[in-house]
Amino acid sequence: MAVVRDVMPAFDLLQPTTAAEAQRLLQQHGAEAWAMAGGMDSFDWLKDRIKRPRVVVDLSGIAELKGIRASGGGVEIGALTTLTGIANHPAIQKDYGLLAQAASLVASPQIRNQGTIGGNVSQDVRCWYYRDGWPCYRAGGNLCYADTPVGRNREHAILGANRCVAVHPSDTAPALIALEAQFVLQTPQGERVVEAEDYFVGPGQDITRINLLQPGDLLTAIRLPGTWAGARFYFEKVRDRNVWDFPLMNVASAMTLAGGQIERIRLAVNAVAPQPLRLRAVEAAVRGLPANAATGEMAGQLAVRGAVALQFNAYKIPLMSNLVKRAIGGVPEATWA
Amino acid sequence: MAEPDAKPTKEAEAAQRRLGAAGPQASASTSGTRAAGALEPAPTEEPQPRPFGEGYKLIGKDYTTPDLLAKVTGKSKYAEDFRAEGMLFCKLVPSPMPHGRIRSVNLSQALALPGVRAILTADDLPPQPNPLAERALTNEPMFQGDPIMAVAAVDEATAAEAIELIEVDLEPRPFVIDPLESLRPGGPNPHAQGNVWVRSGPPHPGIHLTPLKWTAEDFADYDQGRLPMGHAPDEWSYGDVEAGFKSAKLVLDESFVTPDVSHQCLEPRTAMAYWQNGKLFMHVGTQSTYQTVPAIARWLQMDPDKVVLISEYTGGGFGSKVTGTQVMIVAALLAKKCQAPVMMRISREEEQYLGRARPGFQGRMKIGFAADGRITALDMFVVCNSGGYGSQFDSISSGNTVSLLYQPPAMRWRGVTVMTNTPTRSAQSSPGGLQGITIIEPILARAARQLGVDQVALRRVNAPEGKSDFGPANHGVRPHSTSSFLKQALDHGAEQFQWAQRAARPKRSGTKARGVGVSLSGFGAGSIGYDGLLVVTPAGRVRFHCGIGNLGTESISDVHRAAAEVLDVPWESCDVVWGDSSRHLPYTCPSDGSQTTHAMTRAAHAVAMACRQRLQEVAAKALGGRPEDYEVANQRVFRKGGGGGLSFAQAAQHAIRLGGIYDGHAAAAEVHPATQAAAGGLAGQGLVVAARDLYGRDGSTYSFVASFAEVEVDVETGKYDVIDFLAYGDVGTVMHPRALGGQLLGRSTLGIAHAIGQKWVFDPQYGAMVAKRFYQNKPPTILDVPVAMQWNALNLPDPETPVGARGVGEPPVGGGCAAVLNALSDALGDEIYQRAPVNADTILTSLIAGRPMQHPLMANI
Repeated sequence: MAVVRDVMPAFDLLQPTTAAEAQRLLQQHGAEAWAMAGGMDSFDWLKDRIKRPRVVVDLSGIAELKGIRASGGGVEIGALTTLTGIANHPAIQKDYGLLAQAASLVASPQIRNQGTIGGNVSQDVRCWYYRDGWPCYRAGGNLCYADTPVGRNREHAILGANRCVAVHPSDTAPALIALEAQFVLQTPQGERVVEAEDYFVGPGQDITRINLLQPGDLLTAIRLPGTWAGARFYFEKVRDRNVWDFPLMNVASAMTLAGGQIERIRLAVNAVAPQPLRLRAVEAAVRGLPANAATGEMAGQLAVRGAVALQFNAYKIPLMSNLVKRAIGGVPEATWA
Repeated sequence: MAEPDAKPTKEAEAAQRRLGAAGPQASASTSGTRAAGALEPAPTEEPQPRPFGEGYKLIGKDYTTPDLLAKVTGKSKYAEDFRAEGMLFCKLVPSPMPHGRIRSVNLSQALALPGVRAILTADDLPPQPNPLAERALTNEPMFQGDPIMAVAAVDEATAAEAIELIEVDLEPRPFVIDPLESLRPGGPNPHAQGNVWVRSGPPHPGIHLTPLKWTAEDFADYDQGRLPMGHAPDEWSYGDVEAGFKSAKLVLDESFVTPDVSHQCLEPRTAMAYWQNGKLFMHVGTQSTYQTVPAIARWLQMDPDKVVLISEYTGGGFGSKVTGTQVMIVAALLAKKCQAPVMMRISREEEQYLGRARPGFQGRMKIGFAADGRITALDMFVVCNSGGYGSQFDSISSGNTVSLLYQPPAMRWRGVTVMTNTPTRSAQSSPGGLQGITIIEPILARAARQLGVDQVALRRVNAPEGKSDFGPANHGVRPHSTSSFLKQALDHGAEQFQWAQRAARPKRSGTKARGVGVSLSGFGAGSIGYDGLLVVTPAGRVRFHCGIGNLGTESISDVHRAAAEVLDVPWESCDVVWGDSSRHLPYTCPSDGSQTTHAMTRAAHAVAMACRQRLQEVAAKALGGRPEDYEVANQRVFRKGGGGGLSFAQAAQHAIRLGGIYDGHAAAAEVHPATQAAAGGLAGQGLVVAARDLYGRDGSTYSFVASFAEVEVDVETGKYDVIDFLAYGDVGTVMHPRALGGQLLGRSTLGIAHAIGQKWVFDPQYGAMVAKRFYQNKPPTILDVPVAMQWNALNLPDPETPVGARGVGEPPVGGGCAAVLNALSDALGDEIYQRAPVNADTILTSLIAGRPMQHPLMANI
């Protein structure tokens, strides 16, 4: 069978207007259905004819899944809210600047206008072998093409690899983990609320999945508790191009200080492992210490313990170390004469 | 400024005669004074930049080009926008492997699919006796993605479905991706005939593929990042290279890898074709309207008179669409087979395979320097990745460019052009020039630091001046450039960029490091001998028939403003016909090699001069007297010193009555047969004038650029930004400032792309390209170049061409790349990179290790 790309095959397009209807359709069609939000991840798969769902459930017409509203002491963000909508939202900018910043650095303005927060956290990995349809572990095969002596793996994992060395590409995921977000899932068994960091599934757990969503499940909302509102935040994304690029790495931290010392902290990085990593050991090690360069230095060293470089991605180890350092100790401003 | 006629050389006199003939406007402004000054520079005074358009009505002025409104309103129709009744769509079947041979195919299921109309295979193509030549489809794919078949169907979805029903049995063949791997002892050959292109001289001149393997000893220093230098089939030298090294104060020997970079035209090579009454109509994107017709005819082995090409708008070429691309004949052949119009839309992934690319180099250079930075000797060795088809000339061009730009008194060049199982290469803006500049410039930057010489000063002392020799001798004589004012471009560029102030600033603050870089740049910029064709219509307008492709440079209209200037016609009274080969096009240069502005302003000048002559003759015939009693101005031909005359409208009407040479029934004998035919096609429409550029030229035409960049690097992440950039051009007379600025900055950006990230990534084990989408192979975005990039130009006319204008497309590219690389080493030191592009990964690992860490010689990582 010859292979052709870039021509979307036919499928049934279902366009529900309520979450309940979407959930019903997803449950009805089960594994044959593909849930599509903004389409930024979906269209690549569909046009390349690699994922071949019989049914596409287009969620973009569901008004109730869009928007940001106050909820408890925090906010609830509809899963279909666009990244632009989040980046520009006054309440997010005011209290959760970490997320606003992360959302504003995703891809390009056009993609942020179309892409949703639910899609951004649920998107598949971008390993170029996997995305090109190579029959790798993650695709159900028995090989990782990126992790060979000559495999091209500049953008791949230094931590958490388990057969698959792809990295999770989301910019908003580490920010949501740092903000202690909760993800709201509608499942055939009812509503399920999970901690952000638990939403992501590593290859050791299930190599063919990247998050908890099973056929029939729907991510409807992301809740930000008031716990970290207005905390001290740090977000940085390092990428090759200044726009329209996935992260080579990103880091997100939220902390509160008491008397110059770190009282509470949550810290996460992405694009270092197949799932976003919350750095619990680093959090524990820096609690009670001053938020300065020395603590950052120590944290940076600790963060990369156990990191293993592949042939072409050794730079990710110092990069992660430096990003964690900055997330805690900040960056000395350049002052040019 | 020198006294213009103090010591006129023969060339200057000739130039002056030509320019003087250009009429009162032109002669007043370009009366040869600059030309004479350039040829015989005064010892104390430098040629000074001139204001754009000084002394001209049209030349050097901004204006609204005839294609602009359609482009900005979206009304311009590109190949993909056309539709025809009953039009089918076709999709290509790409090879899944980097090298193979089709053993068998089973098309029955695919053909049985409802809506499928035909499948085209390589066996349906006109025969090609040369087994190494690229064809539109092939039974022996030479790279992954090489098209092996094409399916025509009622829509693309059906065609794609049919492709998945095609059974192909491909026999895998040996393949190689990295040129150096094929040169290793026992290394694989990309083709049964060998791996290296070799030129042979008489008695059977030509080029053939042959096996070449180097020894294990040659590769001894590979792991240390030193390029192996085994036998090189191509070699030249001049001067005493060894003596030059002996006399040097400093000798550096460095290896460097430049990237393979796709052209990434935003318009892929889509084609639509249909046949009517035995004629083929094709809608394509091409760089060259006139020259693409014979190419299509050649690929289809048909009469060019039966080809009508429509290409009014082309979404980028950069050397990849000089005469279109072979694959576009697939649409024509399927249209014939199906007896229906066929649209072949090329997707971005297909474009990645078929859209051409610049050959990457693995190069090494040894350079000797005197204490002041003057090069004493240069020894250059390059390995050129020539892809799956054809021998690229980049390696040869790289040697010539280095020789011209840096004027080494003694130089040896050696080159190996290697076939690999990677997509077809073609010329890309400054082919070989960019690679040569990118290899030498970081060495110059290092030398300047070690010698304690200012970077600009080191380049100035090596830069060409006036007529400068380059390359090896041919029959005992080395070729030379027509002129060069690169030293002046450096001086004025350094001043505008505030080089001295920037270079003296601190380089570190916080986690940021800043650095500045300068580079010389240049490339060939002009050919000669083409034709102009115009009609003065009975309505008194002047219509230019233009065979130039509309590839975005605005040369389709810019060049004709030289003719309008000579004729003293307001631009509002001129029309340009372009983009349709049925509209009677003159013999026109291909729009490649940055030759168009030079070649076609000459042709425009020639046809305007001929038009003036004809107008004078028509007036003399109508009103009495001799032609020389009349002059042309203000859209009239009239008696000198007052008296009767004719308006252009009246002259055109009279020309029609006169017939013969005046209205196109005959054409000047010296013009190309195609121009004769085009004039004949216009016969009776007015005063029809065809003329050939018969002006002389002493030397090869080159344009030059001095490029400056500043970067800011975050040493903790390796991320950097180009924060300022200036391209200062020595490009002859400025024809159209806005278009020139677009070229200087646009092409600089292509060069910058080579420095900051654009590249190919291949998995060598499977011979597969893995970075196929924009987000993976990363062409630069508008946010990756400085907000306020700057450009400028000397506006000094080239003395060897009547209008003084040279081309500009390619000359800036190398400097864009090298100025950024040099700024990086200024910021971070020399031990950072040994290849381009340079990214965060390169910088971070090298900063930690204290030496370049990134698999120095490996291709396509």
